[in-house]
Amino acid sequence: MKKNDVPQDKSNLESAKFRELCYAVDENGEYVTELSSGWTPKTIALDNAIETLNDRISAAKQRVIAQKTSPLEYYMELHKMDLPILSSYAGLWQWRLKRHFNPAVFKKLNEKTLQKYADIFDITIEELKRTDL
Amino acid sequence: MEIDFKHKQAAHCENGVVANLMTYNGFTVSEPMVFGIGSGLLFSYIPFLKVNYAPVVSYRALPGIIFTRFAKRVGIKIKREKFRNAQNAKARLDENLKRNNPVGLQVGVFNLPYFPDEYRFHFNAHNMVVYGKKDGRYLISDPVMETVTSLSEKELEKVRFAKGAFAPKGHIYYPTGFPKKLDLEKAVIKGIKHTCRDMLAPVPIVGVKGMRKVARLIRKWPKTKGIKTANHYLGQVVRMQEEIGTGGGGFRYIYAAFLQEAGKLLGNGKLLELSKEMTLIGDQWRDFALEASRIYKNRSNTAAIDQYSAIALQLEALADKEEAFFKQLRKSI
Repeated sequence: MKKNDVPQDKSNLESAKFRELCYAVDENGEYVTELSSGWTPKTIALDNAIETLNDRISAAKQRVIAQKTSPLEYYMELHKMDLPILSSYAGLWQWRLKRHFNPAVFKKLNEKTLQKYADIFDITIEELKRTDL
Repeated sequence: MEIDFKHKQAAHCENGVVANLMTYNGFTVSEPMVFGIGSGLLFSYIPFLKVNYAPVVSYRALPGIIFTRFAKRVGIKIKREKFRNAQNAKARLDENLKRNNPVGLQVGVFNLPYFPDEYRFHFNAHNMVVYGKKDGRYLISDPVMETVTSLSEKELEKVRFAKGAFAPKGHIYYPTGFPKKLDLEKAVIKGIKHTCRDMLAPVPIVGVKGMRKVARLIRKWPKTKGIKTANHYLGQVVRMQEEIGTGGGGFRYIYAAFLQEAGKLLGNGKLLELSKEMTLIGDQWRDFALEASRIYKNRSNTAAIDQYSAIALQLEALADKEEAFFKQLRKSI
């Protein structure tokens, strides 16, 4: 890549006044560094990944409202987590988390477990229990 | 207290931390040099790990290993520590700052407040330097940022004890012993040899063989997984290749910069030629990303099936090129 070809496309970095460093060759063929504000092909990839996540979040929300899953799954998606990550934060096996996704099981959880989940998501137990998201 | 630490932006966090810590200790080493000596360049497909519900393709060596190899090859000693509880981790950090010793930390990205929201994923192998504490806030030099920043005690604790794959567990590291003079020449040769060995390894998921494997998978995805998932997977491949920290072209440009510097250091004209070649390979990786983006631009692009085999061919061409390249590189030192 030539120094002048380092892309300066619009991207999600702009909002944070953030530019990333790239390596490119100057007119004498020497390697130099140049800041880039973004490149469209990867902005599209990132935007798509975020859209996929948002789809998952709204699907989980619908399932909570329909009483098909507990709010726990919704908060997991909201925090961009998956089962292995939440399991690692909670210190519980994945099958136990899956069980807690069952609304009937979730209702019977004790304070201690609920507090653990609430702390992970930085919310109160009342918020965690709400199903009218 | 504030240590007189010079922040220099880098493409990749781990190399950046190492280069900045080395500079602080009186040894000026560039980022590409750290990357090359630490044999950072790689291609690997990790079949048993999924991130964001997509398979993982990595263009670099495992987190942490670049510094370990670099240290061993140039003869510096490093101290690394992980912790079970946050108090001990904080105490050790404060102790080092009191001794005027800037340290490297491994952290999770998800809770880093100065990162743009869109980039905050559960990625736990980010690196930064802490170089002081002022008014209860830690002074942070994050190599991918243009300037220095700061974090509160609580914020730092959260990112140091992020959970999930590669959980940092408060991981702290710093160099402790230095040789009189860095033996860069020998280290460069070792680093290059190691990279050639990795890229040409007879392992189906590593190096050029890994690229061919991924090309085969790309052909299969639209049929076995459906277009939508295939596009999602392809997007992830490009993100791993081009996202912040790679310096562009899946680290190939940083490596070309390293070969140029190494060629000058060793007085080896062949390496200078190969650096130019690597730049061209990097450009070809960029073309691959550009073509791929045309496919996944529309998330459920149904007309894309033949385009998939076209980019699989592109990836196979890259594998052939890199195979020839690393065979030549092996001979030239």
